[in-house]
Amino acid sequence: MSSTSVSMTVNGKSVTKEVPARTLLVSFLRDHLGLTGTHVGCDTSQCGACNVHIDGKCVKSCTVLAAQADGASVTTIEGLAKGDQLHPMQAAFKEHHALQCGFCTPGMIMTGVALANEKSNPSETEIREYLEGNFCRCTGYHNIVKAIETGAKAMRR
Amino acid sequence: MANPNGIGASVRRVEDNRFITGRGTYTDDINRPGQTYGWFVRSPHAAAKIKSINAKKALAMPGVIAVLTGADMAADNIGGLPCGWLVKSKDGSPMKEPGHPPLANDRVRHVGDQVAFVIAATREGARDAADAVEVSYEPLKAAVDAAAALKPGAPLVHDDVPGNLCYDWEWGDKAKTDEAFKNAAHVTKLKVINNRLVPNAIEPRAAIGEYDRASDRYTLYTTTQNPHVIRLLMGAFVLHVPESKLRVVAPDVGGGFGSKIFHYAEEAVVTWAAKKTGQTIKWTCDRSESFVTDAHGRDHTTEAELAMDKNGKFLGLRVHTIASMGAYLSTFASSVPTYLYATLLAGQYSTPAIYANVKAVFTNTVPVDAYRGAGRPEACYILERIVENAAREMKLDKTEIRRRNLVPAAAMPYMTPVALQYDSGNFAHNLDVGLKAADYAGFAKRKEASAKQGKLRGIGLSTYIEACGIAPSAVAGALGARAGLYEAAEVRFHPTGTVTVFTGSHSHGQGHETTFAQVVATKLGVPFENIEIVHGDTDRIPFGMGTYGSRSIAVGGVAIVEACEKIITKSKKIAAHVLQTTADKIDFEDGVFKDKASNKTMTIAEVAFTAYVPHNFPHDTLEPGLDEQAFYDPKNFTYPNGCYVCEVEIAQDTGEVSIASFYAVDDFGKVINPMIVEGQVHGGLGQGIGQALLEHCVYDHQSGQLISGSYMDYAMPRADNLPSFNVSTTEVPCTHNVLGVKGCGEAGAIGAPAAVMNAVVDALSNLGINHIEMPATSQNVWQAMQGATKKAAD
Ligand code: FES
Ligand code: FES
Repeated sequence: MSSTSVSMTVNGKSVTKEVPARTLLVSFLRDHLGLTGTHVGCDTSQCGACNVHIDGKCVKSCTVLAAQADGASVTTIEGLAKGDQLHPMQAAFKEHHALQCGFCTPGMIMTGVALANEKSNPSETEIREYLEGNFCRCTGYHNIVKAIETGAKAMRR
Repeated sequence: MANPNGIGASVRRVEDNRFITGRGTYTDDINRPGQTYGWFVRSPHAAAKIKSINAKKALAMPGVIAVLTGADMAADNIGGLPCGWLVKSKDGSPMKEPGHPPLANDRVRHVGDQVAFVIAATREGARDAADAVEVSYEPLKAAVDAAAALKPGAPLVHDDVPGNLCYDWEWGDKAKTDEAFKNAAHVTKLKVINNRLVPNAIEPRAAIGEYDRASDRYTLYTTTQNPHVIRLLMGAFVLHVPESKLRVVAPDVGGGFGSKIFHYAEEAVVTWAAKKTGQTIKWTCDRSESFVTDAHGRDHTTEAELAMDKNGKFLGLRVHTIASMGAYLSTFASSVPTYLYATLLAGQYSTPAIYANVKAVFTNTVPVDAYRGAGRPEACYILERIVENAAREMKLDKTEIRRRNLVPAAAMPYMTPVALQYDSGNFAHNLDVGLKAADYAGFAKRKEASAKQGKLRGIGLSTYIEACGIAPSAVAGALGARAGLYEAAEVRFHPTGTVTVFTGSHSHGQGHETTFAQVVATKLGVPFENIEIVHGDTDRIPFGMGTYGSRSIAVGGVAIVEACEKIITKSKKIAAHVLQTTADKIDFEDGVFKDKASNKTMTIAEVAFTAYVPHNFPHDTLEPGLDEQAFYDPKNFTYPNGCYVCEVEIAQDTGEVSIASFYAVDDFGKVINPMIVEGQVHGGLGQGIGQALLEHCVYDHQSGQLISGSYMDYAMPRADNLPSFNVSTTEVPCTHNVLGVKGCGEAGAIGAPAAVMNAVVDALSNLGINHIEMPATSQNVWQAMQGATKKAAD
């Protein structure tokens, strides 16, 4: 199995690892860096549980090779809070009870942050449409939509 | 002073802190030292004989440690996966329980059936090696649809189960019901299919098996809703290992909805293989694999008849149901279309005579078992659909026909003709609240407005009741349950006054770490933040039955209260000793013990400290320590009930259905945390609406291949498919548990499908359409509309 050296900045820290060439970014994060907050919920790029930011863009890390992110700056759910200070989107998810089992949550939060970065005042319809690549089986989305609305507002401040 | 974090407050969840920061610990997040990886070779056929398995090539691949098969399991005397509920046919014979080997022996019976287990140093290595295992199959004809599988000459799923019939069961009074039909002024008939669903918790199942030679102990980390049940079933029936040698840990679990109740083959295989190979083995399911291995839900075909007098008063209900069991009996499969279904056919109505006949059928498909609601959504759907059609046929308003038949609040407790005794509920009130909230009176105007935009608008109701909080063990046992259904709790004070609560309930999204702490904070007057809730590890918690059937608060929560009561009783003795009085003179309120005579007080934290530093205890009458356990077995089921009102709009040119509004009014008894309860309703509604409009697990009728086997093919509800919900509760306390709680986990999934489909049928009724099967996809609706238009033209 050919291996390859991959270097990137993850949550502000630079890392270099020798990994099998076929290693997916999600497996690089979870298995090689121990960042297990990014989840795998499917094998067809549908669920968004694996969403991370690559150079500020929201990307499904199950659908990118680690090697493709070589040289990039990656932010995962673990990189959002500043110490004990929650990111406004994280705080909004807690405040609005936007999670139950929590499995979809990291991907939802990363997606919510990306939306807020693109559009500072998204409407309910815009939020629902933006979430087309994220599944949640627990919440019926109702509270996730509210949380993203609130989180986006808080990020404007 | 009311506790700001006590019962009734929308306390923000304690568990969220780890989930929103990516620090949850789900099974696949756990990595054990020296861990290896397992992958299953699975059957590509719905039915086949295994002629040979050749693992030579696989074993030669780098990093491959072992390839294990059914023959290896048989050599180790490993047992089959058991079914936990015995159902008897109407002739008294026991249901057929064909063998369910964790790894197939000579036959495979559904696509995805496990054939061999490959262990390798890496996940990718195990997967590559699994592809290299050569299995030679002789494909057989498959029995796919349940009704067809019952026909003479159908292929047999198990050679020792004639006609594929697992059982032919009946419930209710047949003679009395037949009599009611003879006297009827009108009979409404309806055939409905309750579509097969895939539960689809977003966390795929996973398991890690570990064996410690020094202590001869096994540890299984697994994605389960009930670790003790898994330990019991796996230890006693499959591996034949004493429970003391088995530890089952269910860490954070990413949703269950029933599908993670059952004891699955993979759990037994990784645990057994851990000892056999001396390796710690992790297996994590792929989503495509989940589709063909997680137990599915529903899959009923029912013919129902409702007899009425000339005023629309219900006289009798008769149903005949065919339920698919899939290829094997999953853990609680047999109870779902029987005791969890026919017992609910009275619904909220005072129908005096009810008869149900259920045929459970083996098919070459994934086993079917409990999925959110389990039997009760099927009962509610039939009943509420047929009542809707009855109203139309009787030319009665849909609310009026219900009002004429609802069990009045004054009739509580009410004994149904199908063996349940409803303890409480005010059904008519829920209906009033629901209709008012949804502005039922203003519907005609909204319909007109929709029509102007080329849309057909419909309004649908459903009034549901469910039996949950299972169960009184005596009742469940009499009905065939092979286990008790109590719950266990331990409340342990630490010397400095903080508390750890060990519960047999399991949280996989329900928020027990918050809700249960609220209960304890209220009962013991301990600050909320000083209470820790522990669940999910058989080495830590007392023997508990786990979480399903909306039982956590009604059974597990009450067990915690009972343990708290014991704590208070003992604390009074300690306080009496210190305050030099007798326990009967001590009052307890808000965490403070007070001697009524002297007004001297002691806080519960001081009592705890004294309990652990018993310097001058009278040890013959007072034990040190403050740690109490309780097992609670409920006296009756609890009966959450409610009224749902849904409006839909249907695009005339495409048949696309959208939810215009959804109102849910639920009576869950006393509500501990309104925020969490609302969230549970939202989630249930999402799944119920998903069933009604989107989701369908489809098999090819001939080959038994799963056609909807991925998220590309199985329509999961997305954010833009669902509306914002309007939910509210009416609290009629449960009369037989101290918390007055009824449970809220399944209501949405039970009540929603009928409300949505009644609205769809209402919208289409002008076209002469009186039924449409779920899911009401635009294609199904459009075809029905075309068919109706064509009929009208002919
Ligand atoms: S795991 Fe990446 S989209 Fe599902
Ligand atoms: S919170 Fe469980 S899947 Fe979203």
